[in-house]
Amino acid sequence: MRILFKHLDVPDIDNIDVYLREGGYKGLEKALKEMTPDQVTEAVAKSGLRGRGGAGFPTGRKWAFIPKAPGPKYLCCNADESEPGTFKDRELILRNPHQLIEGMAICCYAIGASRAFIYIRGEFVEPARKLDRALGEAYDRGFIGARVLGSDFSVDMTIYRGAGAYICGEESGLLNSLEGQRGEPRVRPPFPAIKGLYASPTVVNNVETLANVPHIIINGPEWFASIGTPKSTGTKIFCVSGHVNRPGNYELPMGIPARELIFDHAGGIPGGKRLKAWIPGGSSVPMLSAEHLDVGLDFESLTSVGSMLGSAGLMVMNEDTCIVRATLNLARFYAHESCGKCTPCREGTAWLRDMIGTIEHGAGRMDFIDKLVDVADNIDGRTLCALGDAAAQPVLSSIKLFRDEYETHIRGGRCPFDGNGGFALRRNA
Amino acid sequence: MLSEEARKRILGSAEQFPDRQSAILPALHILQEEQGYLTDEGMKEVAETLDVPYSDVAGVASFYAMLFERPVGRYVLDVCTTLSCSLLGAEHLVDYLSEKLGIKVGETTPDGLFTLRTVQCLGDCGSAPVMMVGDTYHENLTPEKLDALLADFAAKAGA
Repeated sequence: MRILFKHLDVPDIDNIDVYLREGGYKGLEKALKEMTPDQVTEAVAKSGLRGRGGAGFPTGRKWAFIPKAPGPKYLCCNADESEPGTFKDRELILRNPHQLIEGMAICCYAIGASRAFIYIRGEFVEPARKLDRALGEAYDRGFIGARVLGSDFSVDMTIYRGAGAYICGEESGLLNSLEGQRGEPRVRPPFPAIKGLYASPTVVNNVETLANVPHIIINGPEWFASIGTPKSTGTKIFCVSGHVNRPGNYELPMGIPARELIFDHAGGIPGGKRLKAWIPGGSSVPMLSAEHLDVGLDFESLTSVGSMLGSAGLMVMNEDTCIVRATLNLARFYAHESCGKCTPCREGTAWLRDMIGTIEHGAGRMDFIDKLVDVADNIDGRTLCALGDAAAQPVLSSIKLFRDEYETHIRGGRCPFDGNGGFALRRNA
Repeated sequence: MLSEEARKRILGSAEQFPDRQSAILPALHILQEEQGYLTDEGMKEVAETLDVPYSDVAGVASFYAMLFERPVGRYVLDVCTTLSCSLLGAEHLVDYLSEKLGIKVGETTPDGLFTLRTVQCLGDCGSAPVMMVGDTYHENLTPEKLDALLADFAAKAGA
């Protein structure tokens, strides 16, 4: 079942002529000619579409929060894809930029915005170029710009390049970055829907979320809601990486069992090794073990086993992987990316990194384990944005599931895995 | 000195936003493109061109990993070492590059050709291990691939 990737095999789908031949911009045309803005928002709400960036907030409800009063309103497309293990938005933009532009135009029509920005991470130079070319084509053909398709609706879109900062994928950090400030998160409320970009009502949506919109408009909300599970509708692009035979993006209906994705689609673990741990939704969600492989990959099912769907970036670790070392890797990531605005996160992420590093290098003490839990608990829920909560999850979940590995490191005074801790170099056969 | 063309591009960028402050980051990209890194003089010129406080420009400049506040080599090798890349040997690749180039992470070769850095997740984990050099991602890296890439860069620089 492919929706977003249904054009994957169509050569040059990034060219507007090919996109149009494949039925492109028909969703925008239908929205403008047959629907009122409220009907568009209602259709998106009815489809059950939820945000694909990680939080899973209902998209239609987010759009409905935008006040009707006159005045500037903005759409910001979040293309700052930086969550470790996640690489779907990059492919969506590289393969089919017009699908995203069409979704953005429909959203702007629905919320009454005449300006949209695509905030794309600075490293995505090639995707940004592709998007820029596509925007030029869409302007030339009148799908964006003044009086779109002869209607009263006008919209301008601008690409904004980041410059390397995970925190700018957090919506309020993104808004600050776009305003030319340091990309630190804001105090909420007020939420972006009331006071976002340039203090005006703003919708911030992920690339994958917006790319779904044209298909919902064309095929109807009931069609979309019939895919996946009742509360997690549609398909999801699952990004699979780490110790699997066929890493990559897989678009499948929500709710597909993890085992099927990892072993059938992604080809299982190289060398016939066993799976030790996996992270279902990007590094910010709790890790799981082989015991959880039968869980369905959707918002509700993953929550019921103590994790989250997040961005659906699955990272798979085989039996040779040192969990302490893997957790240290992520602890380093969060310590590096903490913007430093909130004390618990700024100080706590460094403590987590240093304590786990000490354990991995053989100088840890038994009381470190409880101290790690204590520090993580004192970051979780005590910061302005979700980076702090995210930093706590790998630590808390790895101790919960693999406490014995921490203890073995401490008792033995060294890492019990071979010199590489399962971080081996894959030889591409 | 900023070139006249860069100044024009910066002012053109400012017109795209309701508030010219938004043009600071695009302007810093332009400055770095032209001068290789963010010189103090260049940042002052950006502030003057956009008519924003220099402190705001410096504040933005110091926030982002891709903006260089010091000179770097002609080729900056940004090797991703976050989990998915590390699981597939990224740290060994860093050691390999470090040994081959005779520099530590963060350093530049004496001939000014290469700077070696480790970076956080590049968002291309399905093709791990990954390295970014300039505008381009290099995927599924092995020591052999790195050898070929380095030879290619050195040849280009010599040409």
